[in-house]
Amino acid sequence: MEHLIDIVLLGLLMITGFAIVRLRSLLAVAMLTSIYSLLSASLFVVLDAVDVALTEAAIGAGISTILILATVALTSDEEKVPRHTPLLPLVVVIATGAALIYGTLDMPHYGDPAAPVHRDVASSYLHDTPADIGVQNVVTSVLASYRGYDTLGEVTVIFTAGIGVLALLGYRTRRRNSQGPGNRKLVVLRVVAKLFFPLILLFALYVLFHGDYGPGGGFQAGVIFATGFILYALAFGLGNAQRVIPHQLLRIMAAVGVLIYAAVGIESMLLGGKFLEYRVLADDPVTGQHLGIMLIELGVGITVVAVMLIIYYGFVSRLHSGDM
Amino acid sequence: MMDLILDVLSWVCLLGGAIFLLIGAIGVLRFPDFYTRLHAVSICDTLGAGLVLVGLMLQGGLSLVTVKLLLIFYFMIFTGPSAVHALAEAALQDKLKPLVDEREP
Amino acid sequence: MFITVSIVILAAIAVGLVRAFRGPTLYDRVLAANMIGTLTVLMVAVLGFMTGRPEFLDIALVYVLISFVSTIAVLRVVALRTGTTGAGKK
Repeated sequence: MEHLIDIVLLGLLMITGFAIVRLRSLLAVAMLTSIYSLLSASLFVVLDAVDVALTEAAIGAGISTILILATVALTSDEEKVPRHTPLLPLVVVIATGAALIYGTLDMPHYGDPAAPVHRDVASSYLHDTPADIGVQNVVTSVLASYRGYDTLGEVTVIFTAGIGVLALLGYRTRRRNSQGPGNRKLVVLRVVAKLFFPLILLFALYVLFHGDYGPGGGFQAGVIFATGFILYALAFGLGNAQRVIPHQLLRIMAAVGVLIYAAVGIESMLLGGKFLEYRVLADDPVTGQHLGIMLIELGVGITVVAVMLIIYYGFVSRLHSGDM
Repeated sequence: MMDLILDVLSWVCLLGGAIFLLIGAIGVLRFPDFYTRLHAVSICDTLGAGLVLVGLMLQGGLSLVTVKLLLIFYFMIFTGPSAVHALAEAALQDKLKPLVDEREP
Repeated sequence: MFITVSIVILAAIAVGLVRAFRGPTLYDRVLAANMIGTLTVLMVAVLGFMTGRPEFLDIALVYVLISFVSTIAVLRVVALRTGTTGAGKK
């Protein structure tokens, strides 16, 4: 019976994908992309992958949609009609898809305990996490502790993306106090934005520090935090948003996050362990692990907030009216 | 006995809420004009959501789960109608004409 | 049962998708997207109870806030455009 929900969700995903391809209005396509992300996140929920669903919800349905909308606002609303027939691309796609599906026929069944991915490393992580690290969320323990070096690379990638956007788009400061199309029109939105802004930030902090016990962690928390500021910028204009969190501060924050992460690694080296070995950070190894995980999640969160807002500022400051 | 009453009540709320959501969706499909569809969504969606969340709260009992459900309900009460308001305002600014009955009385 | 409720909500999502695909103006599509967002929040909450894992409520909380922000973002982009074009955007 649960398979029925899976099948219906996949069918809806297919319909949405088809609609995204066929529609010409790019604003509608942006909204449909957000629906696509929501449906995939529901699929992850059905598959029992809670952290992935939270990340997909926060990033796919939120930040990604907003950045696509900013791009559409900067370029054009209608997709150009294609001038060539898609026959050759169709043949290539069908051939590649058939080859991929043929390749999956050899894979083990979903959830098979004898599959190689479940035997060696994964089972040792599941077995050792309560003793070594003592957090309840194994995803966080793998992400932050066992594979902490990987996550350092991910944070650096996000930081590099921020630098890339800064280099390509630059940033124009808005000198005048732009407030949008008249204050009276946005009254309801402004009241609700003021009401929700602190709640969103608090919820982001909750997700950050609750990542040990439930779904959460640095990436999701950073994205939710940035979404709060984007809501403020949408309601009150980019000029006011810059007075709340200036661009210079964002550039510093982006670097500080990565620095915190690397500093934790170097600190553990100075205390006698290897790079990013949290055990040595405190007297008790488990406390050291907790401390290390908390610090690096904080670093990740700070960098993600800063980079998301840098990208948003970079896009929106180029609009002629100076606001979105 | 009390458990049974709470269970039955929560099922009634859950099913009632789901049916209201379905009715709202059918209304969005069948109403003739954008502004009428706005009515269907904003009323039926918020009511259905409230009933479903109350049903889940009765299932959850007094715990952190109920507090989170209350938070979701609180957010939905605010964001649902204000999103619909923003939609109506944007459509009005774009001079989207509502469907008006122009027959002679 | 919970499964019945989630099937009904999925049916409502499907109906909303039809409107999102068909809706003659852009605002119909935005409305349908907003409705699907609310329905997905409820479905995730019900699914969380169904699988016995109330941690999914965090996801539902995130969706409520995020879908609101993205609806407002679409409407602000549209408001940018309505200075130049006429009535009834596609």
